[in-house]
Order: sequence, then structure tokens, then C-alpha cells
Amino acid sequence: MARFIARRLLGMVAVLFAISVIVFLIFNVIPNSDPAARIAGKNADPALIARVSADLGLDKPLPVQYLTMMKQIFTGQLMSYAKDRNVIQQIWDGVPATFSLCIGAAVIWMALAVLFGYMSAVHAGKFTDRALTILSLAGISMPVFWLAAILLYFLTFKVQLFPTGSYVPLTVGWAYHLILPWFTLAVLFVGFYSRMLRSNMLDAMNEDYVRTARAKGLSERQVRIRHVLRNSMIPIVTLFGLDFGQVVGGGAILTETVYNLNGVGLYAGEAIRSLDLPPLIGVTLFGAFFIVLFNTIVDVAYAVLDPRIRLGEAAPA
Amino acid sequence: MSAILKVDDLRVSFATEDGVVQAVSGVSFELQAGEVLAIVGESGSGKSVTAQTITGLTRAPNARITGSVTYRGRELNGLDDDQLRDVRGEQIAMIFQDPMTSLNPVYRVGDQIAEMIRAHRDVSKREAADRAVELLRSVGIPNPERRVRHYPHEFSGGMRQRVMIAMALALEPDVLIADEPTTALDVTVQAQILRLIDQLNRDRDLAVILITHDLGVVAEVADRVVVMYAGQIVENATLDETFYDPQHPYTWGLLGSLMRLDQSRTARLAQIPGQPPSLLAPPAGCRFAPRCAYALDKCHEPPALEARAGGNHLDRCWLDPQEKKSLRAQVIP
Repeated sequence: MARFIARRLLGMVAVLFAISVIVFLIFNVIPNSDPAARIAGKNADPALIARVSADLGLDKPLPVQYLTMMKQIFTGQLMSYAKDRNVIQQIWDGVPATFSLCIGAAVIWMALAVLFGYMSAVHAGKFTDRALTILSLAGISMPVFWLAAILLYFLTFKVQLFPTGSYVPLTVGWAYHLILPWFTLAVLFVGFYSRMLRSNMLDAMNEDYVRTARAKGLSERQVRIRHVLRNSMIPIVTLFGLDFGQVVGGGAILTETVYNLNGVGLYAGEAIRSLDLPPLIGVTLFGAFFIVLFNTIVDVAYAVLDPRIRLGEAAPA
Repeated sequence: MSAILKVDDLRVSFATEDGVVQAVSGVSFELQAGEVLAIVGESGSGKSVTAQTITGLTRAPNARITGSVTYRGRELNGLDDDQLRDVRGEQIAMIFQDPMTSLNPVYRVGDQIAEMIRAHRDVSKREAADRAVELLRSVGIPNPERRVRHYPHEFSGGMRQRVMIAMALALEPDVLIADEPTTALDVTVQAQILRLIDQLNRDRDLAVILITHDLGVVAEVADRVVVMYAGQIVENATLDETFYDPQHPYTWGLLGSLMRLDQSRTARLAQIPGQPPSLLAPPAGCRFAPRCAYALDKCHEPPALEARAGGNHLDRCWLDPQEKKSLRAQVIP
């Protein structure tokens, strides 16, 4: 176990390093991405651009630029090119909103997905199943920005049931302000996960051990929950870990943007729009960190859920 | 001896896209207390469906089940899952063909046994766990204190089948239905499992329905043999009668295809020509007639399962019992 975690941590560092290099290189080959030219403004004379370049250290060779940037990240001194702001501080400020959004949405999506998937599977082919199937397909098909806009229009503008977006710190209004964003972010996953759970459960119902469970004289509920659902959850939990990492690490950009939540995603969106390298690197590494972290957690959880998996034999990260 | 389980005119059919498959068509037999009844037949003869229908485990939504299954006078057919709970495991326990897949891979075997005990008895987890250890010991699993904490994948096939048997015994049922319990096992392990079943039958007076296609298995443990073909019983007799005075040509075929020690090594094994009939539209008369070398004109009419050879020896064949003796001598040396 300890060796496994050590190996995964090492793998994590390697992945983060590779990602930072790739983002850095991509940024440098994008046409018209020279920050100096953008900062100097339209029709600036070359001398000015050169001066700005020198100020930002962009006249040095690429490896040196890269190392400087990494050093700034680790000392917390990375500054944005476009705005004179500390990137690490900005990301840190966005964390509460992003985490509130993602964790809340994850709770909603897992709870509803398990409920819907279970009901669908138990009533397979009947009305409940069909209704839930249509519902989840609709959920999967609705783009986040469209759904968010529709909800905002009807529920905050027309009916004024909910407040318009923006993040409120952990106080009375916190959950109230987040209900719509949570729901928006969760819908896609509810649809997708409940479909998957339904088919997993239908497969599991034909397993021999389920027949054994019935032959043991367990109640139908025990058979369904302890044997069918329990075994069907293994792939779902795996997927959940990956998706949650991905949502925290950037998957919520659209939701945060539409609802104007000051999270990491909104910050990332701004950085992309202004082609600002330091925030881009910062946000990308932030996202990559969580994706890799949750990958590792999934691997550990997998071994707990399925005793046939032994961590000692797991593939290296 | 008295019958504790009676199956009367059991019919199971499945509605499929191609038509109605009559998996079991009118099966009747009785299981006496403390008896080992073997149900023999090839794949698709309806033996497993019969066994699973007894405890209501034939659950396909397209299945249609008629007839009667009574356990100690109580009708089981038509009961729902909740009503069957106190029968399943408590009175009639089952073990299945493939011990690799019949245990849930994510729970410790001890927990799976304890789960069954606690589903029926009001005992603490601790007591149930202790009982699981005792049960594993009683079916010959070495080191049971340690083994209860292991997962199914940490057991070999034979050991898993022992776990299944231990679980089946947990509530001291009267009847054990063993659906091809040795088919997935090595020959040496098969013998061990059969000996275990045989011993349980004798020590605990446990009545056993043993489903198998292996007459060698039958010869070792059965008291009575029911031979099934194409969803029907074609012969129902004691072990000795089945082996020494078989009445149905299909039984002859099965016996003739056995390998024998006293046979010359170069002799070819006899086989039954042809294929079992489709159960979508089985032959109107005797279902075995199309493959039978001795078929008569009369075989267009379905023969009833009757005692033609006297006593309790039932068969479903129009041939004259006297004539059979000479005919079968050609098949079975």
C-alpha cells in the first residue's frame, strides 16, 4: 500500500511536469500570442515591444523562461502578464466557489443517479423505467450553457424564485445561490450515470451469485441492494472519481461562467480569452493536479470495493 | 419413508420470439425423506429448469409455470418471493453448477454464510460468524477460523463448492437441491464433493435432489433415478433398476455410452444418433421416437409414464417389457 502510494505520487509529479511543459510549448507556438506585443498595444513601435519583452523576461531562451515560471509558481509569485495580479492568489480565491459548486453538484448527481438507476433497473421495461430513460436522455442531450440560460431566464428573471448567480461565501445564502448551478452541472452526470447503473444492474441481476442470494432466502430488497446494487456500483465509483477530478479541474468552466461564480473555472475562462500564459499554466496545473489525485483515489477505492484487485499488482501510474 | 417434496404435472414454458419453448412438460415425481434422487438428462432436457422452479427461481418474465410443487403438503408454485423466503434456504437449500460464479466476489465467504443465517434467524453477528466457522469445518475446509475471512477468489473450485454446501447446510434444511454440483470440477474433486453429499445424506438424513448428466455420479450416490428427455421424465426407477433393468431405450443409450472397465480398449463408445428435438415443436408422440432404433407405429401416440415393469418402476415406452430384455442386450453388454 505504502509502495503503491509512493509510486503514484512519483507518477503524479511526472504527469504534472509533462503537462506544464506541453502547455508552455503550445502557448509559445500559438500565432499572435506574444504577450509583449499585446501589452504594448496596437501599432506599438518595435522598441516598445522589445522593452516590454525584456521586462517580462521573454527575451531569454525558452528553457530559462520555463524554469523562471516554475520557480514563480512554487514560490507563489507568479504574476499575470495581462493584469498585474498574483496568479496563485487568484486561483486560491476561486477555490471556495469551485469546490462548493463541484462538491454540491457531485452529491446531487450521485444521489439522483443511484436513485434513478436503481428504480429504472427494478422496473425495467415498465413506465417508470421509460419515463426515467427519456428524462436521462434529455439530461444528457442538454448543453450546460443552454440549460443554465433557460433556468436563469425562467427561474430567476420570470419567476424570481432563485437569485441571479454569483457566489456567496459559506453563510445563509450559500446553498440558495448555488442550487441552480448545482443542478445545471449535475444534470448531465445524472443522466449518464443512471443509464450506466441501470445497465450494470440488469447485467448483475443475471449473475449466478444473485440467484444464490435468492436461493438463500434473502428478501428481494436485500438481494437488490446488497448483491445487485453493491456489485453494480464498482464501475460507477470509478467513473465518479475520474469525472469529479475533471469537474474540479476545469469541467465547471461553463457553469461558473454562465452563473458568474468567481471560481477557478471563471478565472480560467478569462485567462483563455486574454491568452495570458501564467494563469493558464496555473489553472491547468491546478486541474491536472486534481485529475491525477482523484485517479489515485479511485485506484485505492477500487481495491477496497473489489477485493479481487490487489494494489501491489496495480499497473504503475 | 414419506414424500416430503411432491412435484405434480409441472410445466414450464418460455415465450420467445420464435414461439413457445416447452422446457418442462408435465414432470411429476416425489422425493422421500432422506433419499437421494438423481435427475439425469442431457443439456436442455429441462432438469435444471425443473430444479430451479421448485423454489421459484425460474423468474424470467416470459416464463409460464403450471402444475404443483408441494413441500410437506404446502403448495409452493404461485407463491411470491416474500412467501418463498422461509422455504428457500430454511427448508430447501440449493447449490449450483459453477462455484466460481455462484458466490458474490465482493463479500468474505464467512459474511455470505452469516448473511444467510441472519436472514432467517434472530442471532447476533458474532453468533452467525461463529456458526460460519463451524459450518466450514463441518464440510472439511481446513483452517476455518482463517478461511471465513477470505474472499471467494482465494478458494479453489472444490473448496468454493464446499463453501456453497456449508452455506446450504447453515439452517439445517430437509432438502438439498444440487444442480450439477460437480460438473465444473476436476474428477478427483468431484469424488470428494460427492462423498461429502453422500455423507450429509446419511449423517443428517438430508434428502437430496441431484441434477446431473453424469451417470457415474448417479451410480455413486443416488437411491432413485429420474431420467429426463426433452422436458419429460422417460424413466423413474431405483438405482439398481436403472442400471440393471432399464426400461426406456433412451436410458439404454445413456448407459451404453458409458465407458466401462470390462470393455475392450478398442471398442467404440456407443452413441445415440441424432439430436434432441426442438422444444418449440416437440414430436407429437413419443419424444424420443425420431432417434429410437426400436420405434413402432404406436410411437406416434404419446406414451404415458406408467409402471410397465411392475412395482414402482415407471417408464414412458410402448415396447413390451419382455421384448425389451432382448433388445437392450444388444446395446448394453
